[in-house]
Amino acid sequence: MKNAATIYRKQVKDTGKNIALLIQFVMFPMMAIVMENAIQVDNLPEHFFVGMFAVMHIGMAPLNVTTAIIAEEKEKNTLRGLLFGGVTPLAYLAGIGGYVFSACMIGAVVFALLGGYHGIEFVLFLLIMAAGIMVSMFFGAMIGISSKSQIAAASVMTPVMMVFAFLPMIAMFNETIAKVADFVYSQQIQLLLNDLASRTAPEPKSLAVLALSALIAAGMFGWSYRRCGLN
Amino acid sequence: MEAIEIKDIRHHFGEKEVLKGITLSAQKGEIIGLLGPSGAGKTTLIKIITGQLIPSEGSVFLSGYDMIRPERDVYREIGMMMDDFGIYERLTCYDNLKLYADIYQIHEGRIREVLEWVDLYEARRCPAQKLSKGMQGRLKLARAVLHHPNILFLDEPTSGLDPATTRRIHDLIHQMQQEGTTVFLTTHNMAEAEKLCKHIALLHEGSIVEYGEPKEICRRYNHQNKLRLLLNDGTVVTLPNTGESAEQMKAYLSNGQIETIHSTEPDLESVFMELTGRSLQDD
Repeated sequence: MKNAATIYRKQVKDTGKNIALLIQFVMFPMMAIVMENAIQVDNLPEHFFVGMFAVMHIGMAPLNVTTAIIAEEKEKNTLRGLLFGGVTPLAYLAGIGGYVFSACMIGAVVFALLGGYHGIEFVLFLLIMAAGIMVSMFFGAMIGISSKSQIAAASVMTPVMMVFAFLPMIAMFNETIAKVADFVYSQQIQLLLNDLASRTAPEPKSLAVLALSALIAAGMFGWSYRRCGLN
Repeated sequence: MEAIEIKDIRHHFGEKEVLKGITLSAQKGEIIGLLGPSGAGKTTLIKIITGQLIPSEGSVFLSGYDMIRPERDVYREIGMMMDDFGIYERLTCYDNLKLYADIYQIHEGRIREVLEWVDLYEARRCPAQKLSKGMQGRLKLARAVLHHPNILFLDEPTSGLDPATTRRIHDLIHQMQQEGTTVFLTTHNMAEAEKLCKHIALLHEGSIVEYGEPKEICRRYNHQNKLRLLLNDGTVVTLPNTGESAEQMKAYLSNGQIETIHSTEPDLESVFMELTGRSLQDD
């Protein structure tokens, strides 16, 4: 675990100088702050923008950043140096995953505060966000591991990210799309956040789709890791 | 125990045999050079030796460690300065080394030592992407030696660098060798190999076509065995390198006519050309 902490610290320094990635972490929380304060529309559900941008945050930031970090390390051969320095693949992935998770969770805390959640609701909001972030991270790591270059990774990641980040929003306007989106974890995150906001019990279907998505994402990650490895 | 022990390494990529029974060894504190043009199999061999690639046949031991099934601990014994071991461009020189110091659990004082050793201490706060190619080369060398490796692998360490940086890197390699580090150097720069290496192996199409001390190899291929004299008036005179030439030499010397004297022994490039029909610089 010592090496995982070292990789975590390295990533904090490295991403701190990488504006393109830093933006991913702050973009949707910032937009939510602005929109929540700037837009006043009658009949709009309370804290509408919190839920919408929180789901986009989940669908975009962890997926994009995890893919970008791993693909860049592979392309620039810095990962090879680490592995031959004695860092295990597990320690590397734990360090990178830990960094992406914690940075994304800072955004989640902003959303929770903006949504006015307190006590157990605050914790539940963060748990739902954490589950979505984890699933996105597995998909991101899978794409990063199986891509040979940053460009190849971006070309796969972009459409995947568009689906996960924007499908829940589009589903609000079209019932057919909503039916398809029901099978996507980010849509179920949206529904779980709506349930939390309206203080209704979560639908078992939402939890089932989320759990299944986590299994699929972890399985695909494991498969690509076995096939491609990190090196 | 040999520091590097390579026995009968063979490797295939599909049907093609790229290494055809390579056997080499190096003592502790020796610099051994592997010379060959692009495509000779140098990179494949170095990847096999460092455990990055499993050979089709053969065995490799580094300081007694089996590199076909390398234990993770072995990487504390070796340092690698290779083209395909990148540096973190956004991180400073210091942070690049700090990362590895943390991984190897080395005290921070060593970072300063190594940065001073490669003349990068003043540039320690500079992001690696802002360094010149030569400085990046020295940073890679600093990272390779940070943990006091017993064996150092250098893959084309001065390729594309200016003469001053090349000389500095050569000095640093010599210093490492004098401190007892075994150095395995791959290059297609014959002057570099002649200057640094105790033994060299010439690799051609996956086979070692010649092995030995650089000067000894050149002497072995000195078929002409003559002396070439450049006289003051620009005339070049070639004499047999035997006693028969003594009188003639004496005459030139007593008249103060000789500008330079050279033997006709070939350089490594010419030896390689003679053995393979190819130049070391060929792509």
